[in-house]
Parts: sequence; C-alpha cells; structure tokens
Amino acid sequence: MRRWLLLRALQSLVTLAIALVILFLLMHILPGDPLSRVGEGRPLTPEQIQALLDRYGLNRPLSEQLWSFVVGLVHGDLGVSIEYARPVTGLVLERLPATLLLGGTVLLLNFTVGLWLGVRQAVRKDSAEDRWLTTVSLAGYATPSFWLGLVLAWLVGVKWRLLPPAGMRNPLLEAGGLATAIDVARHLVLPAITLSVVSIAGTMRYQRTAMLEALRFPYILTARAKGLSERRVLWHGWRNALFPILTLFGLWLPILVSGSVFVEAVFAWPGLGSLAAAAVGNRDYPLLMGAAILVAGMVVLAGFLTDIAYALLDPRVRYS
Amino acid sequence: MEDGALRAAWRKPGGRAGLVFLTFLGLLALLGPRLLPDPFRQFGIVELQSARPSAEHPFGTDQLSRDVLSRVVSGARVSLAVAAIAVALSVTLGAAVGLIAGYLGGAVDAVLMRLVDGALAVPRLFLLMLVLAVPTRVSLLALIVLIGATGWFGTSRMIRAEVLRLREETYVRAAEALGASRRRIIFRHLLVNTAGPLLVAATLGVGDVILLEAGLSFLGLGVQPPTPSWGGMILDARPVLESAPWVGIFPGVMITLTVLATNLVGDALRDALDPRGP
Repeated sequence: MRRWLLLRALQSLVTLAIALVILFLLMHILPGDPLSRVGEGRPLTPEQIQALLDRYGLNRPLSEQLWSFVVGLVHGDLGVSIEYARPVTGLVLERLPATLLLGGTVLLLNFTVGLWLGVRQAVRKDSAEDRWLTTVSLAGYATPSFWLGLVLAWLVGVKWRLLPPAGMRNPLLEAGGLATAIDVARHLVLPAITLSVVSIAGTMRYQRTAMLEALRFPYILTARAKGLSERRVLWHGWRNALFPILTLFGLWLPILVSGSVFVEAVFAWPGLGSLAAAAVGNRDYPLLMGAAILVAGMVVLAGFLTDIAYALLDPRVRYS
Repeated sequence: MEDGALRAAWRKPGGRAGLVFLTFLGLLALLGPRLLPDPFRQFGIVELQSARPSAEHPFGTDQLSRDVLSRVVSGARVSLAVAAIAVALSVTLGAAVGLIAGYLGGAVDAVLMRLVDGALAVPRLFLLMLVLAVPTRVSLLALIVLIGATGWFGTSRMIRAEVLRLREETYVRAAEALGASRRRIIFRHLLVNTAGPLLVAATLGVGDVILLEAGLSFLGLGVQPPTPSWGGMILDARPVLESAPWVGIFPGVMITLTVLATNLVGDALRDALDPRGP
C-alpha cells in the first residue's frame, strides 16, 4: 500500500508539472503578448513599454522565463496582477473560501438529492417517472448556467424580492453572529441552486446505473429469498452502488469549477470564479494564469484523493 | 453504418424527439435568413427599441431595435457551424492520437498519455480563457480551431482504451499474421470498429461545444459582435433583462433545447451502439 501510494503521488506530481508546462507554453506561443492589451485606450511610450517588459521579464529568453516561473511557483509566488498591482497568490487565496462554500454546498446538494433521485429511478426503472426524471435532469444539464442564473436573479431576486439577487452578504449588516450566517445562507441559495440544476444530471445517471448493476447481483436474490423487507433489500444494494459514485468526485470537479466561473460572475459571488471572469475582462494575464494553476492543482489533488478512497474501500485496487 | 445508427436512434422516443428538433433547427438555420428580416437591420431606434413581441416581431426587438427572432435564427447558424466544425476537428484529433497511442504502445503511448493527463487537469474553459484573452481580435475561424484543438483529450483516451481491447481480437491478430501493414490494420480494422464510440462522442461533443461557445461569447471571448450568437445575445440582454426579458429569454431557451436534443440523440445512439456504457 505504501509503495502504491508513493507511486500514485509521484504520478500526480508529474501530471501537475506537465499541466503547468502546457499552461506556460500556451501563454507564450500565441501571437500577441500579455501586455498587448495594457496599452488599449492609454497609449504608452516606448520607454513605458520597455519598463513593463522588464518588470514582467517578458524580454528574456523563453527557457529563462520558464525557469523563473517554476522557481516562483515552488515559492508560492504566482507573479503580480496587472489590474490590482498585488501578488496573485494573495488575491487567489482570498477568494478561495467563498468558492469552497459554494462548491461544497453544490456537492452536498448533488450527493443527497442526486443520489436519492438516482436510486428512485433505478428502483422504478422504465416507469414514466424514470423517463421524466431523466429528461428533466438532461434539460438541466443542457441549460447554460449563466442564463439560468440571470433568469433566477431577475425573477426570484428582483421581481419577487424573495432572495438577494447578488453578492455574498448585506453590506449594511454588522458582521458576526447568527444574523450574518443567515444572511450569507440567503445569498447562497440562488447560486447554489443554479449550479446544482446544471450539474445534477451526471450524479443521478451514475447512481441509477450503479444501482441497477448492484440489484443484478445474486446477493439481492438471496436477500429477497430470505424474506427481507424490500427496504432492507434496497439498502443491501445501495451500499454497493454507492461505491462507483466515488469516481464522480474526481470527474465532477472540473465541471463544477467551470460552472462556477459563470454562476459566480452572474451573482457577483466573491469567489475564484468571478475573479477569473473579471481577469478575462481586464486581460489580467498573471491573475488568469494563477487561477488556472490553482484549478489544475485542485483537479489533480481531487483525482489523487479519489484514488486513495478507492484503494481504502476496495482491496483489489491495491493489489493489482 | 451511418444509416443504421440513425435508424437505431430513431427507435428511441428521446432520440426521435431530438432528431426531429435538430432537423427543424437545421432547416431553420438554412432557410430562415431568406424568409426573415435582416438580423442587422435597425427597425426604428426610437419607437421600436426593446419592443414587446408582436405579430411583426414575434420575439420582440432588442435595445438596438433589431428583430430578436432573426438574430436567434442567425445565431443558430453560427452556433451550429462552430459546433459541427470544432467537433469534427476534435474527434479527428482524438481518434488519431488514440489510435497511434493504443496501437503503437510503448514510449509513444506513455508520452502521449502523460500529455493528455496534464491537459485534462486544466478544465477546457480555463484553457480557452487563457488562449483567447491574449490576442486583440479572434476571428471566427481561429475560435473554431481553438475550441476543436482543446476538445480531443478525453476522446483520445477513450479510443486508446478501445484499441487496446481490439488489438487482442482474433481478427486483428489474424490480419497481423497475414502480414497486413500497420496502416491497413489501423484504418481497415481498428478505426472501423471504433466508429460507434466515436459517433457517440461526437454527438455528445456537439452539445458541450454549443454550451462552451455560448459561455465564451457571454464572457466576450467567443463570437464577436455584431455577428449574432446565442451567448453574445444573452450578454447584450443582461442590462435590459428586467425591462425587456424577451431579448435574453429566447436565446437561452434555444441553447437549452438544442443541447438537450443533441444529448438525447447521443444517448439513443449510445444505447444502440454501445450497450456497455452508462
């Protein structure tokens, strides 16, 4: 197990390193450089351009830039944001908690409502309910998250005034205590629902398939033959159907992160996603890069953790 | 094979509904611009600004007094064309890399798959945001190529797995024993037998790309104005959503219906061609 773990960790590091090199090359291969947009609307003198090139090290050879990029990364230095003139690392880390709160809520919703609906579908396979749930969840998957967010913010937030349409907390409220928690929760509802609606179809589908597969095993027949209640029989099956769902965690993270770019931007949720969307608008290259690096790190880490969980639960993985 | 696949999709109610909608949309995109008013024409910047839906303008007009229905139909043209070409590109790349890695194996396979692993660690949206934010202006062709070039990683992995399985099949072994060239084995045996999964991946890929292009256009990185695109229309509608919701509602509904239709067809195809999948 220890050997396997070490190997898998090494593999993750290699993947991450390759991802970083790909990101770095993407930035430098393309025509135009990160500064091509800085002068827009405010013409720069050649001296100013030279100073900026020096500042960001853009006139050095590519290999040297890659080296200093790597050295910086190892020290947790992601460069300086063009728009905010502050270190990217700090900016990105400041926004992480809001994103984790939104992402965690969505994950929780997906893994409770989604699993429950998936099991229902499997138990009532090919019924009208099963077909309708499939179609409705697929429709959610097909809905552009930013559009759904805009429509919900408009209807629920602005027109009916039921929930706040944007932001994370009421600026007029004094910080601290239960009131703040309730305030944040109220702000969380619309973005969390939007992101769940567009991502729940996958969880439901996986759970439905896994449950159907589990119900085919002979131990289900045994359980029924013993005269167990249908509830107990389903419980037997579900425990084994839960297992393939683990894989989803690693698969779903990229989708969740991409979705949160739009949803956070629409709801002005102060997380990593809206930071990345704003960086696109400002052409703040170092900031965008920093966000991409953090996301890549999270994706690789999620894959690694998923594999560990798998190995802990299923001995076959360890010994193969 | 193409014919049989379509028939198989048609047998499923979902697949049938999807095919009917996509045919209708295709015809609309093809013929609509001839029947409808010019999507760029401003009908009256004073009196027809953000006008409600009416007999003359069934989807209303936007804040520049342009006909929303015309723009939605033109947007269908753009979205479908971008999706079709980009997916053709990414499926071709994915198939090529998957076939090479799977059939040659060894160091080639190891290097290619490590690269794919690394690329898959960065979500496609972030890759595209990084690439599209640099140049001052992105042409439609460049946009299509970039979307296609960032979409083949998953496909290549799937095709590689498929090839690893097929390589052990008796008929491939037999062909090798008979002295068939590598090229013949790859094209006559392996490619043909991965056509089913490729078709499914392509169909589902179209839905993904329509959503992706709409999202990029919403961020201002995709199709550039004044060319109408569904995502760009929603971006334009954002400030007037409260006073003139029709400007933003219709493009969103079109995206949802189109992606739902392609996914229903993709599911029906998968059920028919690849009964092992989820």
